[in-house]
Amino acid sequence: MIDVDGVSVSFGDATVLDDVSLSVERGTFLGLVGPNGAGKTTFLRAVSGALPPDAGTIALDGDLLDELGSKAASRRVAVVPQDTAVSFGFTARDVVAMGRTPHRGRFEPSSREDSRAVDEAFARVDAEHLAARRIDELSGGERQTVTIARALAQETPILLLDEPTASLDINHQVETLELVADLVADGKTVVAAIHDLSLAARYCDELALLADGDIVATGLPESVLTRDRLADSFDARTVLRRDPVTESLGVTTLARQPDAVERSVHLVGSGSVAARTLERLVGADTTVTVGPVAPGDALAETASLLGVETIERYPHEPLDDPTLTAAREAIDGAAVVAVANPGLVAGDDRLYELLAGRSPLVVVEETGDRQPAPERAESRAESLRLRGEATDVRGVVDAVGRARPLVEADD
Amino acid sequence: MRTDVRAVVWSVGLGALLLATIAVCTAVGPVDIAPTAVLAAILNELWLPTGARLTDGAVRVFGVTLLPFGVGLQTTHPFGFHVAETTRVIVVSLRLPRIALAAIVGFALAAAGTVMQGFFRNPMADPSIVGVSSGAAVGAVTFITLGGVIPFVGAAVPFGIEGAAFVGAVAAAFLVYTIATEGGRTPVATLLLAGVAVQTFLGAVVSFLMVTSPEGTLQRAYYWLLGDLGMNAAWEPVGVAFVAVSACFLLLLPFTRDLNVLMLGEEDAHHLGIEVERTKRILLAVSSGITAAGVAVAGVIGFVGLVVPHAMRLVVGPDHRVLLPTSALAGATFLVVADTLARSTAEVLPVGIVTAAVGAPFFLFLLSRREVHAL
Repeated sequence: MIDVDGVSVSFGDATVLDDVSLSVERGTFLGLVGPNGAGKTTFLRAVSGALPPDAGTIALDGDLLDELGSKAASRRVAVVPQDTAVSFGFTARDVVAMGRTPHRGRFEPSSREDSRAVDEAFARVDAEHLAARRIDELSGGERQTVTIARALAQETPILLLDEPTASLDINHQVETLELVADLVADGKTVVAAIHDLSLAARYCDELALLADGDIVATGLPESVLTRDRLADSFDARTVLRRDPVTESLGVTTLARQPDAVERSVHLVGSGSVAARTLERLVGADTTVTVGPVAPGDALAETASLLGVETIERYPHEPLDDPTLTAAREAIDGAAVVAVANPGLVAGDDRLYELLAGRSPLVVVEETGDRQPAPERAESRAESLRLRGEATDVRGVVDAVGRARPLVEADD
Repeated sequence: MRTDVRAVVWSVGLGALLLATIAVCTAVGPVDIAPTAVLAAILNELWLPTGARLTDGAVRVFGVTLLPFGVGLQTTHPFGFHVAETTRVIVVSLRLPRIALAAIVGFALAAAGTVMQGFFRNPMADPSIVGVSSGAAVGAVTFITLGGVIPFVGAAVPFGIEGAAFVGAVAAAFLVYTIATEGGRTPVATLLLAGVAVQTFLGAVVSFLMVTSPEGTLQRAYYWLLGDLGMNAAWEPVGVAFVAVSACFLLLLPFTRDLNVLMLGEEDAHHLGIEVERTKRILLAVSSGITAAGVAVAGVIGFVGLVVPHAMRLVVGPDHRVLLPTSALAGATFLVVADTLARSTAEVLPVGIVTAAVGAPFFLFLLSRREVHAL
């Protein structure tokens, strides 16, 4: 349906699209994803004919776009641009009726066919109540709906949408994409630039990942969205998992740590403080090992999502010897040991022994979240705090960078 | 109501208002003539063709031969009211040509203003925005101030001052268009700024010409710059202006729907199948032409092209299919009334003073009442 072949676009010296090729099958919902400035909008403008490419060809149904002419092209491709100009004083119905322009001759008055198409477009987006309102008095979301109706009135086999969900609340985001998916089910071919990777994965048949003016990957959402690709394209650490409700791929982006710390860390602890500590450390590109931790603990779950090497233990039992050995090896191999929730850790005799004399040490606690511990454990925790760099979760990366071995050898 | 029906209803209504205004305004003047006598005199002039034959002698307009032979129409005058000869001369030869000229020029300026405001999507756009008026001013003022001094200038221009103004207007518009066009595209913002720059420069040229003008030409140049419908109040220039303005207007009419779509922005218009650059070129050329025709015969008359489209947009809405014809007719009516005021004053003011004096407060009134902040 759409065949893009070797398309390049430059603005002055800046190459925005570099030899991009892509085919979209009839009846496919293709999501265009990629970081800001990757060239998604430029790609859509090239496909719509608004921006003739410097090199390469675009064919719609086998016909070259640049040979079609504006009118013929607009009977095949309708566009919903990202920001729609406020067109003073026209009613929403006037604007949607303008979608019939490609089907009318210069001297032809509007036909019954035209008003049927306009009525249907309004019904399709469920916006009959907006028809008589002035377009410049509508909200951004309502205007977006009217623009989609305008594109539907065009009755084209291909629909291009540039960030259709960008200005919408979560409810309307889903409503809009449901509508687009329905249109695809009815046979339209859709290409949409979508920022939100989870929404893109949920609704699109296929994704094309665009980065630095080139298509990095195309295919099913699961095959396109991988941790490594997202790290390369977006320069972001992400967690990918199946959404339990929609069963589609969910993408969570980790907080980005400005100063990556190139020290390996072994994290001991449990619960949400430990889990959030782990997220920070992974976000800072630190090599981390975790454990021992019981399965089902928040730390264990996060570690498994992030693909962090984890030493598991049996819950509610003293540490067995193999686990202890593995933990000792991991601790000895790490440059820094981080202890989350020292009160809990110190309550476990064998675990506390592992930490005795270990340095450098980082102790992570949230003051509002400090667990009350038995007296003996509390005094041990206090000694850990004294020997290490005490910090909260937000400061953990800095603390890992600061942590130094103790000068006086106390063993 | 359907848009085309709305356009016809409004146009017929405003057309009738224009005719009524013309009849009333023709009665106004230093000699009192009853409106009924005016009507009788006008009706007496109406004729119907009953036949035609070729005659000797050529058809000439402004001294230029259009046809090598003459066409003699055999006509009949259906009305024969009794009208005094002095009344007939005053109405038909003195007042009506001037009023007709006012109507034609007002029609042209308001039509061009409507197109320019839509084209530029800018409420401050008026017909002279691409330098048409400034170019016409340079042409006319050059002719007035240097025409007598350098014989060549006076002799070389076929239609005299009107020809010089028309050529200057078209040349300026073309210059602005050329400056603003790059690689086949003419962004309206560039066009707007190029227009401002060229207008400023041409303004300097006009000022220079006037400061160094020979004795006795300054007042004439100044009157021209303020817009004066008295200088061409004769049937021949009225006829030429009528033909030029109607031709341009008929060319604009088929583009009213394109203008509507262009209001969505050029890229959206492209997506809706408009050949944007070609349409812009045509709209710019024709609206510059219609402005040039008006300015050439009447001088620079401000505010008609700015205020009238605004006012009509508030009344009939933004749809150019209705807005263009109604603005043009309202512009004609407005200028007829303004010129009647101008020639009723003791000094016989240039009409540009009246349009600005009436137009500016009216514009402020619109600003205070409705949102004219954005178009």
